[in-house]
Amino acid sequence: MLTLPAFEWLRPANLDDALAHLANHAAESLVVAGGTDAVPNLKHRLHEPRWIVHLGRLDELRFVRESEGALSIGPLVTLSAIARHEGIRRDFPSLARAASLVASPQIRNMGTLGGNLCLDTRCTYYNQTYFWRDALGFCLKKDGVRCHVVPQGRRCVAAHSSDVSPVLISLDASVDISNARGSRTVPVDEFFVGDGVHNNVLVPGELVTRVTIPAASRGLRAAYQKLRPRAAIDFPMLSVAFAARVSDGGCEHARLVVSALGAKPRRIGGLDALVKGRPLDDALGEALAEAAYRQCRPLTNVAYDDAYRHEMVPVFVRRAVREAGGIA
Amino acid sequence: MSRPIRVTMTVNGRRRHVTVPAMKRLRDVLREDLKLSGSKEGCGEGECGACSVLIDGKSVNSCLVPAAQASGARIVTIEGLARGRRLSALQRAFIELGGAQCGICTPGMLITATELLQRAKGRVPGDQEVREALAGNLCRCTGYQKIVDAVRAAARTRVSAKRAKARPRAAAARTRVSAKRSARPKTRRP
Ligand SMILES: Cc1cc2nc3c(=O)[nH]c(=O)nc-3n(C[C@H](O)[C@H](O)[C@H](O)COP(=O)(O)OP(=O)(O)OC[C@H]3O[C@@H](n4cnc5c(N)ncnc54)[C@H](O)[C@@H]3O)c2cc1C
Ligand code: SF4
Repeated sequence: MLTLPAFEWLRPANLDDALAHLANHAAESLVVAGGTDAVPNLKHRLHEPRWIVHLGRLDELRFVRESEGALSIGPLVTLSAIARHEGIRRDFPSLARAASLVASPQIRNMGTLGGNLCLDTRCTYYNQTYFWRDALGFCLKKDGVRCHVVPQGRRCVAAHSSDVSPVLISLDASVDISNARGSRTVPVDEFFVGDGVHNNVLVPGELVTRVTIPAASRGLRAAYQKLRPRAAIDFPMLSVAFAARVSDGGCEHARLVVSALGAKPRRIGGLDALVKGRPLDDALGEALAEAAYRQCRPLTNVAYDDAYRHEMVPVFVRRAVREAGGIA
Repeated sequence: MSRPIRVTMTVNGRRRHVTVPAMKRLRDVLREDLKLSGSKEGCGEGECGACSVLIDGKSVNSCLVPAAQASGARIVTIEGLARGRRLSALQRAFIELGGAQCGICTPGMLITATELLQRAKGRVPGDQEVREALAGNLCRCTGYQKIVDAVRAAARTRVSAKRAKARPRAAAARTRVSAKRSARPKTRRP
């Protein structure tokens, strides 16, 4: 039986109280929303905080709002709520779809959008019990000095495993971030950094307070495809988000994001030149699949064969393009 | 060591108070402090669903919920599904159609299926919809088909009971038909 370590439980009544606590004690605190990532990690002693700061009472962070065509979602909205929200299903179906493919119904009932964005990276050598990690001599990400995936490397390459974030990047979404002193807004595309130890731009004391999808992203032809061992519960071992603006003259613009391979989602480069003026068809799917295959390098960070995941990149890109293009 | 905290929650309709360490898992509070041992532990990591309970009407893994997080919540466990000695339609369907074998997954299955039937509001969910709704509950005995059959049979019973209330005269005949159907449901294998 895996038990939780001792901690003090704080349940701030509002955002200001939460930020005030974090301003002084961020280093010794762990923020918890749904807890579906944090709790298993606590059981494995991957986090050892003095305080748990539970966001459950921050009703101001639980909203779905449409204004002038933009959609903003509070970080405490659950994945079930996103997957079932009529407006989101209608205007941003790839987002609803990605949310519906996270974990299991129970976990989507608890798991939040904010927690999904800030999900800890995953690795075979990290998501293990203390006993297991101790037996191996720990690793760079926690308690040790060596990386077992890239032994010469200085950086942790644990896998970014959130289903929702690649879609948010493909839809050009942004996140609002606050601390006790103020707020800033960052495109989700720039939210992640290539360091598996801490793979986003949040600094201690900051919280995600809102996710916004711009009005301009309505009507994109978008899709999300996920490869996982079982069609239920499992994290992605490869994920592909695609979105394109298509008019009578063919594609104007497209974003293709491949993830679950390295510490941050990879936005495939050189896309605009490739898609401009072309119809969203199988030939274009093939060209995008090739580009993605060339730009992606899966590692042995998760327990599935890296060569297999690499070969699946073009397959899943083709599927995503077909889904977006409505090709049966 | 952290100080124990007082947690108040409504469990199966009764208000309960416990004084426990904040990090005690809801599953353990239910089983040890409240002596409701129906919820099981399979994996302790949120994968198997054996510990599922309803929190405010939603099925969740109670092994992933620290006691403190459940403070103020309305919780329903497997012990709360029957009315006195009268089992719910879902529980009866599991017995009649062999939806339970070794029994470890059964409490969690019933809890998650209860949420599904409440959400379906009198509609009979399709085979695929039931499978997706139960995707977070692993079973190693039944091969799932009997569980899916039982959930759909229970949904049919609820639907015909509702209709019977609405139109008492035609109801008797229809209930007979649907009882027959639920006893031998058409199985559609994927
Ligand atoms: C068995 C299992 C399977 C899973 N499968 C998947 C899967 O397939 N795909 C997937 O994407 N995820 C999966 N998850 C991970 C997790 O359940 C989801 O990512 C979920 O959305 C996390 O949300 P949460 O609210 O529970 O996060 P929490 O556990 O509460 O938090 C996760 C992290 O985010 C931080 N955080 C939370 N909210 C904020 C905020 N507002 N501001 C700043 N930081 C914040 C926390 O400090 C913590 O570090 C799985 C988990 C389990 C246990
Ligand atoms: S990638 Fe290397 S450093 Fe990072 S968690 Fe895995 S083994 Fe540890």
